[in-house]
Amino acid sequence: MPDAPEKTIAAVLARHKGDGTRLMQILREVQEELGWLAPETITEIARGIGWPRARVEGTAAFYSFFHTRPRGKYCVLWSDNITDRMLGNRDLMLALCKKLWLEPARLSEDGLVSVNTTSCTGMCDQGPAVLVNYRAITRMTPERVDQMAELIRNQVPLDEWPADWFRVEDNIRRKDALLDHGLVPGEALAAAMEKGSKAFLDEVKASGLRGRGGAGFTTGMKWEICRDAPGSAHYVVCNADEGEPGTFKDRVLLTSYADLVFEGMTLAGYAVGAQKGLLYLRGEYRYMKDALEAVLARRRGEKLLGSRILDKDFTFDIEIHFGAGAYICGEESALIESLEGKPGRPRIRPPFPVTRGYLDQPTTVNNVETLAASCLVARHGGAWYAKLGTAKSAGTKLMSVSGDVERPGIYEYPYGVTVAQILADAGARDTQAVQVSGPSGVCVAAEEFGRRICFEDIPTAGAFMVFDESRDMFEVARNFAHFFAHESCGFCTPCRVGTQVVARLMDKLAENHGSPYDIDEMFKMHRLMQGASHCGLGNSACNPLFDTLNKFRPAYERRLKSLEYEPAFDLDAALSQARQMTRRDDAGAHLSNED
Amino acid sequence: MSENTFLLDGEAIPFVPGQTVMQAAKAAGKYIPHLCWHPEFKPHGSCKLCTVKANGRFVSSCTMEAAAGVTIENRTPELDDKRRTLLQLLFVEGNHFCPSCEKSGNCLLQATAYDLGMMSPHFDHFFPDRPVDASHPDILLDFNRCILCSLCVQASEQADKKNVFVMGGRGMRGRRIIINSESGKLGDTDFAASDRAASICPVGVILKKRVGFAVPIGERKYDQAPASVVEVTK
Ligand SMILES: Cc1cc2nc3c(=O)[nH]c(=O)nc-3n(C[C@H](O)[C@H](O)[C@H](O)COP(=O)(O)O)c2cc1C
Ligand code: SF4
Ligand code: SF4
Ligand code: FES
Repeated sequence: MPDAPEKTIAAVLARHKGDGTRLMQILREVQEELGWLAPETITEIARGIGWPRARVEGTAAFYSFFHTRPRGKYCVLWSDNITDRMLGNRDLMLALCKKLWLEPARLSEDGLVSVNTTSCTGMCDQGPAVLVNYRAITRMTPERVDQMAELIRNQVPLDEWPADWFRVEDNIRRKDALLDHGLVPGEALAAAMEKGSKAFLDEVKASGLRGRGGAGFTTGMKWEICRDAPGSAHYVVCNADEGEPGTFKDRVLLTSYADLVFEGMTLAGYAVGAQKGLLYLRGEYRYMKDALEAVLARRRGEKLLGSRILDKDFTFDIEIHFGAGAYICGEESALIESLEGKPGRPRIRPPFPVTRGYLDQPTTVNNVETLAASCLVARHGGAWYAKLGTAKSAGTKLMSVSGDVERPGIYEYPYGVTVAQILADAGARDTQAVQVSGPSGVCVAAEEFGRRICFEDIPTAGAFMVFDESRDMFEVARNFAHFFAHESCGFCTPCRVGTQVVARLMDKLAENHGSPYDIDEMFKMHRLMQGASHCGLGNSACNPLFDTLNKFRPAYERRLKSLEYEPAFDLDAALSQARQMTRRDDAGAHLSNED
Repeated sequence: MSENTFLLDGEAIPFVPGQTVMQAAKAAGKYIPHLCWHPEFKPHGSCKLCTVKANGRFVSSCTMEAAAGVTIENRTPELDDKRRTLLQLLFVEGNHFCPSCEKSGNCLLQATAYDLGMMSPHFDHFFPDRPVDASHPDILLDFNRCILCSLCVQASEQADKKNVFVMGGRGMRGRRIIINSESGKLGDTDFAASDRAASICPVGVILKKRVGFAVPIGERKYDQAPASVVEVTK
């Protein structure tokens, strides 16, 4: 007999000491036990943390992975990045639905199973990928779909499913300074503590290390501002939300280089004067929890975490927080809101997190890769690190390569590598375009393959999705448009409604109901959203449209029905029901769209 | 130019340090279109109607702190054009049938649209399925008209200390006002018609029952003067 729900909730609340800032973790753990978050469950949690009930519901309703309505015993979510689509995820999903006698997005009548899509799960090099009850499964095939339907119908517990399905490969194809670091745990930290925190910070500044999360802010400067900001406590946050479709390098770092990442966080704590670090890990990577906790426990035993680190006067520890399916939580201020138990809504800036972040205290938010790279600076010095890469882009970059290549996976290069080089190394043929940095990045066409990956030319968080000549670049852009419409947090008008308008226009074009007028409308939305949106999501949401419209215009024009205005729906088709009812199908019962 | 002034469409506007551009403009009798901003509450920064260009960069004037010497463009054709588009987006996102709305003439959304010369909704409507809540004895909620400005949230939290309304959910299809009761009904909360939140809504969501159409259409707030006048004098 499972415990009564109240007992389960009470146990979870006790584990988190009734602390509302831990609401994300409380909701996840309660849901893992009870299946979903019923109205009375939410009331109970609200009482336990002393928050207004509506606030708890507001958070629960924000995240895709929280369920405020009954959920199937099996919840199957197909990763729906364009790379999954290219590997045939749609057909596989429909086949699974057919075998289970249900429609996508609908819970089966017996409450057993639901099948739906979700944003990219970070398995682009080994898709098509799914999450079953939020556990990652890679490399889906028609055979696996057949077996999965059987397992679900027979209600076989997930733990008894073939272990091989849950295998996630690193697929490291090229190593450079970071992946070949050769450090033993504690080596970088000892070197930094030998120098002292101020001198170490100077090394980081001298290294020219810049953020790997997208914006490219100088890490040394960020740490210095944070260190100098007054506050009752300082915090280090490692941004492992990795939500940008096509990116999966942080997953590999946390799988096989966790020591390096945690050591980087500890170094950051040492530099800014923090005692606490928080790893914000996307919900899709929930499966890493035990392995990461084990690394933390070992490091505590080795005096690399906890009080009196390396027997010196430095205290620092790390805690893992999970996201719950919201791309916007990769934006640093939305991430902090989420860490505080709230919906992931980007804050008004200034103030920036470095002065007022987590719990309103100075906080440095850094990408996983940035923190890992700081270990090299600690061990080898700033001057050594600055020599790697190009003048304005010191060091190396991990690229997540997926799509039409023979060898998808992780490639590490010194900054300055050309797009063409990466394509050649990965075994790409007849390449039409590369989407660098995911949907919010740039679409690079063949004539630009001589361009370089670095802050001087193409800055990137590392996604590198390759499309060969057989691919339809319009469909790529349409997939991205739907991604943004799904992930917009909804706070500001231009992005909340604009992303929906754009997705609808793209669908209209896809159904061959578009006209040049609709293309102008998309440019207009681009101009509005780019300036008026509250955060980076809305500001860059139209980038893929803009790029593909400019570089692959024929992919759009092929779809234009006429050169005049077209209504969004087919008037004649809309009348078909009336024709059926009146049993008429003569010419007079049809409308001509050419009128 | 004296020390604490900035330029708004070419005119020097004085400010007190700490004031936002919006506050200083209003104090000087200058209208910057806005929907989610209200002088009694902290700026929310979500509607983006107040977007201006400060030294050439787009910013929300309700959240931007005034700074000496900054050049701000406000009522330029480019910016008003963007504002009209934002208004259109708000109109098609919800279900607004002005002729039958109790708030007609007192509605800031409608008045701003008139003032900025928005002639049509332009985009196809989304026709969302949104609830009406008549469970409270004195108050009716019609969420078809909600523009997600959060003023009711702020009023209930900061003025009434009740938290009856909370903003939750994600995206256009999810973001909504959540009522603070397990049933989700206003009648099951401690909301009162005398609450500040009961009279804060700039559009026609939160309505007092039995007082409908007390002032005839044609004689209401924005019938007598346009938004650009009312909003800098009230
Ligand atoms: C919509 C959006 C999503 C983002 N997602 C991520 C992410 O998944 N991981 C990340 O490190 N940074 C992400 N960022 C950038 C962060 O806001 C922030 O700049 C970064 O974590 C800082 O770390 P860095 O200085 O090491 O790059 C995102 C930004 C935006 C606007
Ligand atoms: S731009 Fe989009 S994601 Fe960012 S705050 Fe606005 S609605 Fe939210
Ligand atoms: S109900 Fe009214 S006040 Fe509240 S968010 Fe909606 S429009 Fe704003
Ligand atoms: S008034 Fe400034 S964003 Fe709404």
